[in-house]
Amino acid sequence: MTNLNPTLTNSLLYLDGISVSFDGYKALRGLSLVLAPGEMRAIIGPNGAGKTTMMDIITGKTKPDEGDVYFAGTHDLSTMDEASIAELGIGRKFQKPTVFESHTVEDNILLALKASRAPLDALFNRTGPEQRTRIDEVLSTIRLKDHRHRSASDLSHGQKQWLEIGMLLAQDPKLLLVDEPVAGMTDAETLTTAELLREIARDHSVVVVEHDMTFVRELDVKVTVLHEGSVLAEGALDHVSADPRVIEVYLGR
Amino acid sequence: MNKRLELVSGEPSRNLPISSHKTQFATFSIFSEALAFLAALIVMSLVSLFLSGAVRADEQDAFLSGFTTDKFADTEKTINTLAVSGLPMAAPILEALAGDRLLFDPESKALLIRKSESQFIAAIDGHIEDAIEADDLKKVRVNNAVRRALDAALGSLTLMSPDPAKRLAAAESAYKSHDPATLDLLQQAIEKENDAKVKRMQLAARAAIQALDPQASDSDRLSAIDLIKARGDQDALGLLSKLAASSEGAMKAAAESGIGSIRATLALWGNVQNIWYGLSLGSVLLLAAIGLAITFGVMGIINMAHGEMVMIGAYTTYVVQDLIRTKIPSLFDYSLLIAVPLAFVVTAIIGMLIERVVIRYLYGRPLETLLATFGLSLVLQQAVRTIFGANNREVGAPSFMAGSFELGGLVITYGRMWIIIFALMVFAILQLVLRATSFGLRMRAVTQNRKMASAMGIDTNRIDALAFALGSGIAGMAGVALSQIDNVSPNLGQSYIIDSFMVVVFGGVGNLWGTLVGALTLGVANKVLEPFIGAVLGKIVMLVFIIMFIQKRPRGLFALKGRAVEA
Amino acid sequence: MHTSYDLIDRRGMIMLALLGLFVLIVPICALIVPKGSPFYIPPYLVALLGKYLCYALLALSLDLVWGYCGILSLGHGAFFALGGYAMGMYLMRQIGTRGVYANAELPDFMVFLNWKELPITWYGFQHFPYAALMILAVPGLLAFVFGWFAFRSRVTGVYLSIITQAMTYALLLSFFRNDMGFGGNNGLTDFKDILGYSVQSDQTRVSLCVVSALALASGYLLARAIVVSKFGKVLIAIRDAESRTRFLGYRVENFKVIVFTFSAIMAGVAGALFVPQVGIINPSEFAPANSIEAVIWVAVGGRGTLVGAALGAIVVSFGKTYFTGALPEYWLFALGALFVIVTLFLPKGIIGTLSDFMARQSAKPPTPSPKDMPAAAE
Repeated sequence: MTNLNPTLTNSLLYLDGISVSFDGYKALRGLSLVLAPGEMRAIIGPNGAGKTTMMDIITGKTKPDEGDVYFAGTHDLSTMDEASIAELGIGRKFQKPTVFESHTVEDNILLALKASRAPLDALFNRTGPEQRTRIDEVLSTIRLKDHRHRSASDLSHGQKQWLEIGMLLAQDPKLLLVDEPVAGMTDAETLTTAELLREIARDHSVVVVEHDMTFVRELDVKVTVLHEGSVLAEGALDHVSADPRVIEVYLGR
Repeated sequence: MNKRLELVSGEPSRNLPISSHKTQFATFSIFSEALAFLAALIVMSLVSLFLSGAVRADEQDAFLSGFTTDKFADTEKTINTLAVSGLPMAAPILEALAGDRLLFDPESKALLIRKSESQFIAAIDGHIEDAIEADDLKKVRVNNAVRRALDAALGSLTLMSPDPAKRLAAAESAYKSHDPATLDLLQQAIEKENDAKVKRMQLAARAAIQALDPQASDSDRLSAIDLIKARGDQDALGLLSKLAASSEGAMKAAAESGIGSIRATLALWGNVQNIWYGLSLGSVLLLAAIGLAITFGVMGIINMAHGEMVMIGAYTTYVVQDLIRTKIPSLFDYSLLIAVPLAFVVTAIIGMLIERVVIRYLYGRPLETLLATFGLSLVLQQAVRTIFGANNREVGAPSFMAGSFELGGLVITYGRMWIIIFALMVFAILQLVLRATSFGLRMRAVTQNRKMASAMGIDTNRIDALAFALGSGIAGMAGVALSQIDNVSPNLGQSYIIDSFMVVVFGGVGNLWGTLVGALTLGVANKVLEPFIGAVLGKIVMLVFIIMFIQKRPRGLFALKGRAVEA
Repeated sequence: MHTSYDLIDRRGMIMLALLGLFVLIVPICALIVPKGSPFYIPPYLVALLGKYLCYALLALSLDLVWGYCGILSLGHGAFFALGGYAMGMYLMRQIGTRGVYANAELPDFMVFLNWKELPITWYGFQHFPYAALMILAVPGLLAFVFGWFAFRSRVTGVYLSIITQAMTYALLLSFFRNDMGFGGNNGLTDFKDILGYSVQSDQTRVSLCVVSALALASGYLLARAIVVSKFGKVLIAIRDAESRTRFLGYRVENFKVIVFTFSAIMAGVAGALFVPQVGIINPSEFAPANSIEAVIWVAVGGRGTLVGAALGAIVVSFGKTYFTGALPEYWLFALGALFVIVTLFLPKGIIGTLSDFMARQSAKPPTPSPKDMPAAAE
């Protein structure tokens, strides 16, 4: 472990020179990204820029061909599986809302709730009053308290997105990865979601991948632009959107 | 296989009579010496007489009368005389004797050849004899000594036959029997021979006789051993073992080194043969699996009724042959050529029906598809059982599928060879359809991105139905081929379905090349394992191997990687 | 918390009550009621009912993995058969000198094969406790090892189904071999005693049938306890969104291997109870078609309902008995059609469709579904 590198030791998430290819297609080429503790970061980029692959690398779904991925300066994520990474405190929200459709809203939160993940503990688990309180808290944050006994499959698209964010909250991770949280949402829902994420960002580090510029503007955080598997530009949204290369990538020649 | 059996069982029985054989040879040579003068006279006079066409019947009768004394010794003598007589009827007479069709009338001593149940010809000149009472006739009897003489005589007669194929066969039999009695004739034959292939065989036969002849010079025998060694077959091995057992010194050493090198060659050919069997099994697996590679590999449909499509293809062959047999038997050799397109059409239609009626409601639910198609497989099996009965149906092999040929030490049956060729052809055509036709293009588009394809104006429903029909149709064609090597019964398909899935999964889903490599690899591995651990254990080992393999590479040998796969 | 998560819901109550009734009635009707009476249950029927109950237990075990965890095992018949073989080995060793060759140590088929001593695999099977342990351990161990590798390598969906099928097929071929030492083609049969009682006697038959009913009831309660726990909720989560469950930090493979092993043990027990009642165990029990038939029981009854699985097993097996007796030609047509119809038109099976129907009936009042009714204590 190279503890001498101050960027690494001070970071929450540290990606350096990540490359990965699928059957000859280079999804990521030398991607580097550093996230400070408590920071909220928006990641934008056109289709195929490598946003989702980057998420896959961080959460252990895909292993990098080369490069380093460290969490909190000490944990080498490239050697861990999804469950261990989740237990470290990295939560992920998928692009397509993925909730447990046949469970109730409440059970969805219960399953996500920070607790032992061991099978035997699950077998003999009793939901105590603390857990109940915590579930209530999360449900009110995501505005689904009235729907707690409904089956998740009955929720609207926006509600499912919130439920998934709620599950992330219940997990209480150190870092949240949120993939296109407002895709397919109404304008009102988008605003509520932005509010929700800012609320969450108060005590969590968050990485948001998004296409929707209005939403990114609403978040008002540092932006990283990905293009063809590496970082094209980084900085405040206004600064980034003035960059001629970014304009070229987004608008074409 | 047969050859090996012959070697094993023939060895001891051949060793025993060797001494009696030799004494016989001695008496024969005395006899021939004594007869040499006489024979020369008789033969010369007879030949001239025959040529003039004025042979008197009583002279011939005298010549052949040895057959009518009902004594083995006389019979044997007569055979030997006849063999060198040059009589045109010599060969038919000896063949008739070998086939138990040579008879004589105890009263008139007339010698007759039975052509059919009630038709006879005179042995002397071959004219048809009427008014023969079959009950009055006696067979010319044959014992082992007579039969040996007969075989040698027939062999020597055919050694000079005008037909090269017959000469070759005669030389081969002389090589196998390495009977010293044929040496002189062989010598003559070799001098006259101008067909290189026949001559090679004759030289080998001479070498076989010389190598075992203690009278021959050592240098002749050693060079003969070299020649035999070079042939390197089971007969050569038997011959050299015999030689090694009966000789000493340099001869024994040469024979033993020959045995060593032949054993090595045979082991090599044995391995090659196993690989050939493996390729043959692999081609069968390929045929059975390739349709599945379309429906499962490309479309993602688990079609448990796939085996039944193969079965229906086999039954189509049966029906075609049955119709041909009863209506136009002359077309029998073309039955498979007719059955292939027909089987394709029949199973493709059934496949399309299945897709339209059941499977299209189950897209995206692979496990349900598996169950529904399993149900369909039961229905199809029972339907065939109800229509055709539960017993195996006879499907014949057209003449081009029958027989075999040798390639070095490799025995290749035409049936297997054509199945391999057929499998590769089906594979090539399928690749062509997928790569070079607009249907193939659209099908690949649908499998890669259904929504996008649909947005581009491709009728995905139609493509699904056609692709499923294609997969089923190929299974039907496979059934035509499998009808040649397997029992055509309602259970035919079941025995292939698990293997086919193994092949597709092993090769990698969505990749036809993977299916090809998977099928051939599994086929060869299976057949190479078989001699060591037996067929059943071999199969178990393969299954366990695949189970383990899937653990290591869950998506098969040639899997696509990346995000697209899981979408 | 929630009504459907009670240990015993209404369906379960009905099933347990029926089983209780069965346990009371069968001994009376089979042993006490005189032969001529219309209430008399003849011994063959007792054995048949016992067989159905074993099938129901097998279906229950399959529903636990398929219905709740999405693992469609096409090889559950293998665990059933292994349990059966373990019991068969115990029964073989009980024959002792009463075999054809009157060999106290070796079963007949070994004497026939000219074997001189008992293979190690057969040691200890003369003791019932050891045999009972093996009934649990052998299927359990196989499932554990198989599951350990398969789930760790993330073999899922149809791939898993296919390799489970390959597993039972490989076992089928293995058990056909005489060298395996399990009776080859003919399997194990001609049993005499179980725990000192003749397997042929009416009392033993009735006892075995009752034990099967009790086993089914306990199997149900255990399975139910699992599915209503948080463990069960994780299983359902895995079934519905496996990678989501992983990202929540659950080690999916561990959950799967535990439930798969437990289910295999349950199937093994079912097989062990099955063998003395039918009097034979042979390699055909490993046939892939048997395992698939078990899948259709679950599908017919309703997957993910437990009660439905047991019901499906009994209904379909009864249908099979009827058809193969009355219209043997049509049984495969009927079974095949059943597969198609259930998957196309009754994806939730009998129980699922029935409860949907009842939910719709009671949903006319404002509450959207019975799930929303105030919860009783957990």
